[in-house]
Amino acid sequence: MSELKSNPMRGQPADEAADEWPLWEVFVRSRSGLDHKHCGSLHAADAPMAIQLARDVYTRRQEGSSVWVVRSDQIVASDPADKDMYFDPMEDKVYRHPTFYQLPKEVDHM
Amino acid sequence: MAAPSIQVEQAPSVQYVLRLADTALILGQRLGEWCGHAPVLEEDIALANIALDLIGQSRALLTRAGQLEGKDHDEDQLAFLREERDYRNATIVELPNGPSRPGDFAFTVLRNAMMATWFRLLWERLRESSDAELAAIAGKAVKEARYHQQHSSDWVVRLGDGTDESARRLRAALDALWRYGAELFDSDAVDVAAAANGLGPRWADLREPWLAEMRELFDEAKLAMPADSAFRSTGKTGVHSEHMGYILADLQFLQRAYPGGAW
Repeated sequence: MSELKSNPMRGQPADEAADEWPLWEVFVRSRSGLDHKHCGSLHAADAPMAIQLARDVYTRRQEGSSVWVVRSDQIVASDPADKDMYFDPMEDKVYRHPTFYQLPKEVDHM
Repeated sequence: MAAPSIQVEQAPSVQYVLRLADTALILGQRLGEWCGHAPVLEEDIALANIALDLIGQSRALLTRAGQLEGKDHDEDQLAFLREERDYRNATIVELPNGPSRPGDFAFTVLRNAMMATWFRLLWERLRESSDAELAAIAGKAVKEARYHQQHSSDWVVRLGDGTDESARRLRAALDALWRYGAELFDSDAVDVAAAANGLGPRWADLREPWLAEMRELFDEAKLAMPADSAFRSTGKTGVHSEHMGYILADLQFLQRAYPGGAW
């Protein structure tokens, strides 16, 4: 973290960052039955405000029937530096795709 | 050549609908002034959304007012080509976005909360209007007003129950605004006639439920309920504050200078 704070490219002194509203990630479900999809983020002081502003910012064109928000700092993400180690080994394992089976016609959309 | 003004036949039913239409139109125009100037980007979009909802409501109402008038005036002519005295909005919505300086956020959210509560109560009753068109407009608008009320009331509580500075600004806003609220609850021949033929409620009938909701909101926001005011603004009869002409200059310029201009 100390490395991030000292990075001049962040362009924001630490005390100013403390004044900012926290960041929230926004997930919108377009129709009942579909899943919530990540669509962006916003700043809000607390959860009720985040829900309202998510509604205002991300569902203006009938995109949504339900909204989720979650504090960005509550999301645990994989480290980009681990990308090679984590994901490259799967490149040559096509047998993990279920593409070698004949599906019955009745089973659509698999 | 500049577009000439239109004259509006002020039958009571036309006036009743025009009062609502103009109150929504002018508040929408005032909120539009926030576009690009709100304290944070997210709220900028929220305020613009509310403004657009109000202008949408106004368009539907102006169209209906034109039909009731029966002189083929459409929404654009009614919005852009009337003289100041023919606008029938309550004065509270034409006040600038702050008593001492434009861009007063506390003033804006408090006025929005007062007006959204009033509109919501009115729309709820207008769903039962004897005029099917007005009832249909109300059915759609009541959902919008409910959200406007939630969003602006939340801000009133945040500011009132926030820091010393935010509470001070909210109290100043209340001092400036409260006396203009009284006009929203006086009845006259126009709304008495509307109540008699089922077009819509008397404005006076909204007073008690509105005060009850304001009291609840102010309690939560740690605001003292102000005393009743003897002052009466008169915008709904066409007699406006000194601010109205400036709004109309903004609102009307294009249609006056380029009659029928569209894009």
